[in-house]
Amino acid sequence: MFSNNDVLETIAMVEKEHLDIRTITMGISLLGCIRDSAEETARKVYDLVCKKAENIVKTARDLSGEYGIPIVNKRVSVTPVSLLCAAFPEKAPLIGKALDDAAETLGIDFLGGYSALVHKATADYERKFIRTIPEVLATTKRLCSSVNVGSTKSGINMEAVKMMGEAFKEAALLTKDQDGIGAAKLVAFCNAVEDNPFMAGAFHGVGEADTVVNVGVSGPGVVKHALEKIPEADLTEAAEMIKRTAFKITRAGQLVAKEAARRLNAQFGIVDLSLAPTPAMGDSVAQILEELGIECVGGHGTTAALAMLNDAVKKGGVMASSRVGGLSGAFIPVSEDIGMIRAAEKGAITLDKLEAMTCVCSVGLDMIAIPGDTPATTIAAIIADEAAIGMINQKTTAVRIIPAPGKDVGDEVSFGGLLGRAPIMPVHKTDSSKLINRGGNIPAPIHSFKN
Amino acid sequence: MRAVVTVTGKDNKGIIAKVSGFLSEKGANIEDISQTILGEYFAMIMIVDVSAVEQELSALAAECAELGKQIGMSIYVQHEDIFNAMHNV
Repeated sequence: MFSNNDVLETIAMVEKEHLDIRTITMGISLLGCIRDSAEETARKVYDLVCKKAENIVKTARDLSGEYGIPIVNKRVSVTPVSLLCAAFPEKAPLIGKALDDAAETLGIDFLGGYSALVHKATADYERKFIRTIPEVLATTKRLCSSVNVGSTKSGINMEAVKMMGEAFKEAALLTKDQDGIGAAKLVAFCNAVEDNPFMAGAFHGVGEADTVVNVGVSGPGVVKHALEKIPEADLTEAAEMIKRTAFKITRAGQLVAKEAARRLNAQFGIVDLSLAPTPAMGDSVAQILEELGIECVGGHGTTAALAMLNDAVKKGGVMASSRVGGLSGAFIPVSEDIGMIRAAEKGAITLDKLEAMTCVCSVGLDMIAIPGDTPATTIAAIIADEAAIGMINQKTTAVRIIPAPGKDVGDEVSFGGLLGRAPIMPVHKTDSSKLINRGGNIPAPIHSFKN
Repeated sequence: MRAVVTVTGKDNKGIIAKVSGFLSEKGANIEDISQTILGEYFAMIMIVDVSAVEQELSALAAECAELGKQIGMSIYVQHEDIFNAMHNV
């Protein structure tokens, strides 16, 4: 049984500390929708997604009302679309359009899975598919896309890395009237996971059940508030406090996930333990690090504080959920975190420091705006660096970077909503094109051979 | 099915009467009630059996929140499972 203090604590978490379930994401297998033609396949895809996820918005609203905890986003992830259109890759945009239409019909905010998995090599149909991504992102609203360019087991596919550098650039250019928002819906992964509920990188892996509900919890504000109560604690005690807080937050997610899966006739997939910030004041991962004693995120000590935070969140969360998965870690998206935005505006945090931070936390260089004239090969080199960190450390890393058209350091991009706003951050001006143009593969590391 | 009703805000006359009257009209049965007053701050927590309530719990919660606005208090109605989940190992 719980005490009155427990009740009041939970309510304070929601009212003052932004506790919420960040997303309920339904994963849907579309493999059964493949037909002879793209047109027919697109029709099947639209019908199936609309049918399976018919009640997702209502269920989320009901659960939110019953448990008194906001459920911010309702989303769908699907089988990587490149697999559906291997026979007609040039017509993949038809499937993309059908998925975007389905998302609109359902009233969900994002649908992920316009994706390709090319971590070892790029098949001809994948190459054609990847080329359609920028245009599709420019002509759809809710569709998100991701490409897995490397893995610990297979190494890094440098041809795919190069293509993704170009894809980010083109996706931004095609949406230049909206600060390049196309690129904000695109992710390049290394070691992509099949059950990630968070966007823009969610897709429904082929190893998954037909229909699955994955839930992403959040609550950086709750963690920060808990730490505020023990300002003089040493870091062992601070880690313990984070664990206990993560446990409570995750328990809420586990309850919602199981109940949502039951009501939606889907399998309960995983709870993703990520601390996901929003641009709202007091809902920031950066501010947790500052509470721990970094004057401004990006300063020396940031990586150490983040490593501790990330690990403690996992330890508390794992205990609280029967199935943990997804990305599970602290997110550090620049544009979606008020503390990060401020640090970037002051020049206190740099791309290099962010890269170091991604060595110890999920997931990667996320929602970072860079000058619009950054060459595609430089973007590819940034992706290669990040993929190398993921490959060597056997973890997921990602890049979601926006080369903001016509903008330079000192300017800002603004997407509104959860995607937030970001000052343009400088990149190194030196040339990396020779490395990128060499092509080939970066071989898998020696420690991946475990059989 | 049991729910937890939490009423917080500035202390005022007749809060318990208004909230419990509203709940009983809806068919909810109050099983346990406790209240504390810290200075001017009022906090009441009720354990309520809502099995006989006709509307869905989320709808009842919304109506109670509305009632809270009318009487200047904050009222939450939540399924007890959320507290069991978050505060028990």
